[in-house]
Amino acid sequence: MKGSVAVVGGGIAGIQAALDIADSGFKTYLIESRPSIGGVMSQLDKTFPTNDCAMCILSPKLVETARHPNIELLSYSDVKSISGKAGDFKVKVIKKVRYVDETKCTGCGSCTEKCPSKVPDEYNAGMSKRKSIYIPFAQAIPRVATIDAAHCLYLTKGKCGVCKKVCGPKAVDYEQKDKEIELNVGSVVLATGFKPFDPSELKQFRFEHPDVITALQFERLLSASGPTQGHVTKQSDGKVPKKLAFIQCVGSRNLRINRKHCSSVCCMYATKESIIAKEHDPELDITIFNIDIRAFGKNFEEFYNRAQREYGIKYNNSRPPEVIVDANNALSLKYEDFNTGDLKTQNFDMVVLSIGLDPADSTRTLAQSSGIALDDFGNIATSIENPVETSVAGIYVCGVAQGPKDIPDTVAQASAAASKAAALLSGERGTMIKERKFPDEKVLSPEPRIGVFVCHCGINIGSVVNVPNVVEYAKSLPGVAHAQEMLYACSSDSQVTIKDAIAKNNLNRVVVASCTPRTHEPLFQNTCREAGLNPYLFELANIREHCSWVHMKEKEKATEKAKGIVQMAVAKSALFQPLYKQKVPLINKAIVLGGGVAGMTAALDIANNGYGVTLIEKEKELGGKLREMTELYDGKNPSDVLKELISRVNQNKNIKVINEAKLTKVEGFLGNFKGAVAVKGKEIPLDFGAAVIATGARNFEPVGLFSYGKDSHVVTQAQLEKMLGKGISTNNITMIQCVGARNKDREYCGRTCCIDAVKNATRIKKANSSANVYVLYRDMRTYGVMEKLYENARDLGIIFIKYEAENPPKVQGGSVVVHDSMLNEDIELASDLVVLSTPLVAGENEEINQLFKIPLDKNKFFLEAHPKLRPVDFATDGVFLCGSAQAPKLIDEAISQASAAASRACTILSREFIETEGAISVVNEGRCIGCGTCVAVCPYNAPSLYDVTVKVEEVTYTTKKSKINPAACKGCGSCAAACPAGAITAQHFSSKEIGEAIDAFDKGVRSISIGKGVVEVTV
Amino acid sequence: MSAEAVAATKTDGWEPKIVAFCCNWCSYGGADSAGMGRFQQPASARIIRVMCSGRIDPLHVFNAFLEGADAVLVTGCHIGDCHYVNGNDKTKIKYKYLENVAHELGIEKERLQLNWISASEGEKFANFIRDVTEQIKKLGPSPLKPEGVA
Repeated sequence: MKGSVAVVGGGIAGIQAALDIADSGFKTYLIESRPSIGGVMSQLDKTFPTNDCAMCILSPKLVETARHPNIELLSYSDVKSISGKAGDFKVKVIKKVRYVDETKCTGCGSCTEKCPSKVPDEYNAGMSKRKSIYIPFAQAIPRVATIDAAHCLYLTKGKCGVCKKVCGPKAVDYEQKDKEIELNVGSVVLATGFKPFDPSELKQFRFEHPDVITALQFERLLSASGPTQGHVTKQSDGKVPKKLAFIQCVGSRNLRINRKHCSSVCCMYATKESIIAKEHDPELDITIFNIDIRAFGKNFEEFYNRAQREYGIKYNNSRPPEVIVDANNALSLKYEDFNTGDLKTQNFDMVVLSIGLDPADSTRTLAQSSGIALDDFGNIATSIENPVETSVAGIYVCGVAQGPKDIPDTVAQASAAASKAAALLSGERGTMIKERKFPDEKVLSPEPRIGVFVCHCGINIGSVVNVPNVVEYAKSLPGVAHAQEMLYACSSDSQVTIKDAIAKNNLNRVVVASCTPRTHEPLFQNTCREAGLNPYLFELANIREHCSWVHMKEKEKATEKAKGIVQMAVAKSALFQPLYKQKVPLINKAIVLGGGVAGMTAALDIANNGYGVTLIEKEKELGGKLREMTELYDGKNPSDVLKELISRVNQNKNIKVINEAKLTKVEGFLGNFKGAVAVKGKEIPLDFGAAVIATGARNFEPVGLFSYGKDSHVVTQAQLEKMLGKGISTNNITMIQCVGARNKDREYCGRTCCIDAVKNATRIKKANSSANVYVLYRDMRTYGVMEKLYENARDLGIIFIKYEAENPPKVQGGSVVVHDSMLNEDIELASDLVVLSTPLVAGENEEINQLFKIPLDKNKFFLEAHPKLRPVDFATDGVFLCGSAQAPKLIDEAISQASAAASRACTILSREFIETEGAISVVNEGRCIGCGTCVAVCPYNAPSLYDVTVKVEEVTYTTKKSKINPAACKGCGSCAAACPAGAITAQHFSSKEIGEAIDAFDKGVRSISIGKGVVEVTV
Repeated sequence: MSAEAVAATKTDGWEPKIVAFCCNWCSYGGADSAGMGRFQQPASARIIRVMCSGRIDPLHVFNAFLEGADAVLVTGCHIGDCHYVNGNDKTKIKYKYLENVAHELGIEKERLQLNWISASEGEKFANFIRDVTEQIKKLGPSPLKPEGVA
């Protein structure tokens, strides 16, 4: 067994897997084929459904990966083969020749600037030019130049050589060769991602026309770092398009070219790109031509509705067979009008092809060379019960390499794969890692020397706030020794710039004016620490979320406000003092709430990682929703799966199951929770270091809808599932989709209902081929590889009829009347059994939300820390989330998430100690009057009173003083606000520091005092 | 300031200056969500981040008025959602006291407001800032504003 793991693929999946594995105490090799890690996510402008800036959330992860002491990055490297067995693999890696010495290159870009050879830039999907020696994008990791040997003049023709001449550190080396290395690792995680479908294969879409582009190209057009700096223009003439069409399912759901899968993400990315394009240009007319709109994820349906309601984006339910190019080179589409059935033609200035996700070539070659099985679609084969385990023990898979999926599902799977790899190697944990080393903190000069770095954030800030103006203003502020602007303050090169500026200007405080500290403070604090500054000498001025994004049309006022915000941060930072965290021991045990398939999986994964788990289930037996199922969608018997799972749980020595139990109390914090469980009238104390919430969801009872509850022939899909366990004899079955979902009361999509309906319809039809089975639907959302179930169902003769939400079917005695929106007429279907597909709804989550102080979303499901990159975390440290408690989910998805939550929990449980908060409250003993107010207000019992003997001249007396336990203090500052004697300082948020910010709140205040002196400010 | 001057400023495109105390976990996140959702709002507010609304000392509030704030907003998590168990319960108690003192000092009630805003309530945050700005525009500058501050 080796305590190391190789992660193949450096997109968001590989990055997340590598970070989790390394954080759990294993040496990790991250191998990426391209010159930089970041994958396709690095090319995205925004992410759905929150329209978060993709680079802004990805860049901190890139930097974290590069900085991690236990991640060794092998970029521009291909994996040739994997051999060996679980615990002891040999991975052959080709380090492709870069012609640049990675150890010498500083990423200064001089070579790129001088290089005379221009080639299409793959980062901008071929729409701009880069040089032959290049760094792929501003935030690239590693920030090292690479020579494109196919185009380099020196390497192809022996001419030029200018890059070598201009390279200061002498990093360019034309003699370099490919290098083969062999890694010996205990486990391998495959995260090889996907290849965007190449639409030139489908000649009818006329991809050769400059104004027919792929959605990835359109994404680059929308991006501030793209070829047109975010201005959407036609490639043909540079003019602004007025009318734009998206064609969905290009390279997906297409049997003729053997793309049977749904790519899962295209409906949402088309919606996202349309919204962004409309934000750029509200006059732009956008139509999305589609087969079904598959808005199945959390908050997707709401996003889709907003696109129509607020942005006026049109969705046309037909797929134009071709793009027509006329004699003048103008584009038009012919399609069937959905409402009238008429054939129509419309002209468009630009056509965007929503291309699907194809398996990456490297996935196939690697699978073949290493004996890893693929599925029918060319993805790495897995099963429902083991969604991240490949056919080879010890090799795991995550992300799109396993099947099409979006970023949160990818991130969850990545953590799941990490959990499996770590569990396999748990005996070797910590054997191959090294500690992160920081330079000593430098001695602070008494006077503040503040550095201010003002970020453009591409155009996110710079297009509204006049950044150079803010920089000039910052320079005029007292205590500021250095101020400059940055394109992306969070990029890796900017971290180098900041560190250089700290050294060069002897800075002792740093203010970055960019985005919210809630996401970016740790990154910059780390940069300060690497430059020898205590992290608490740093302050973020939020001029994006709180300024440029909310004053988009008031540029001058926004600039003035930005100056004010920077001034407040500068004034406050001048008073900052170094603070230090303390190390406290932790409880290396977890609890899991909920004994369904998610909870059991989470418990098993934590236990297999070597930590104790208490699994708390409210019912008599384990199993949850899986108990109610009679067949899985791959045909397996759920009771077999369940039996196996329960026996593994019961046999695991690290797991203690408590049935008919309820968590009643939680106190404490990350690593040191103190709780209590009520079991059969008794309350038992339970201490734990981390918790996983896996409480699932419940079926919606459609009482009063479609005669449910009145007519015994009307049942729910869940009831049918049970009935099918014994088999049914009915001949005419009609299913109605979206009952109680996608409406005013419940806006969200139930995600699993379409797949459940198709599965059960197929079961009925297979058992009785003469049965008439109808599925009445609004959009069939059989996403990903589930599309094949839908296709099979249609082949079997199951009839799918689309209805509109405004005109729902009517259940009348033994029949259902539906208005077929394709035929535009009412159809009466004889129905002996009417099946209502209802969504999962949130369970009794309020109690747990109160206990842990974790938030719920508007549908009462639990709200994760970040919808994209932290899908199983909570904002509260030490508490994690999985399964349908977060939102409705398929079983394999719930299992992936459960392993992911376990992985996240293990990154805590594997630590030797927990670091306390640095910004905690302290008592000034001289001022303390021993009144005990702080003791009364603190919810963590951090302050306590002790006796002291005081001697004043001749008088000696005993009194009480307060002291604060730094391990218990969470730094809320309530005691400081409550102390009547002003004896408590909430460090980092002291009254002095807040006072300075208040003094400075209005740009143009008369004076701000820094330290002891008062400095006049003129504005 | 004379009554005429006050009247003049009211009609003169005058923008009030608002200090908003926000807790790190909820209302500051709400202000962030307003940004992420692009919920536009007047550029009148300056946010001071504290870890918990329980940290807000009545002295900070009066300090803000004395430095020229036309309104001061105390915001935090919804009751029951406090990241620090019950910090906002304490805020509520302190706020009652603040209200009384503000009343004694002749500060109009619109100038001192308490609101619970969760991290997901971006639109609520933006609407709150817009509403307060409108209310204060009608009232004019704060009577506590020192000379020479706009």
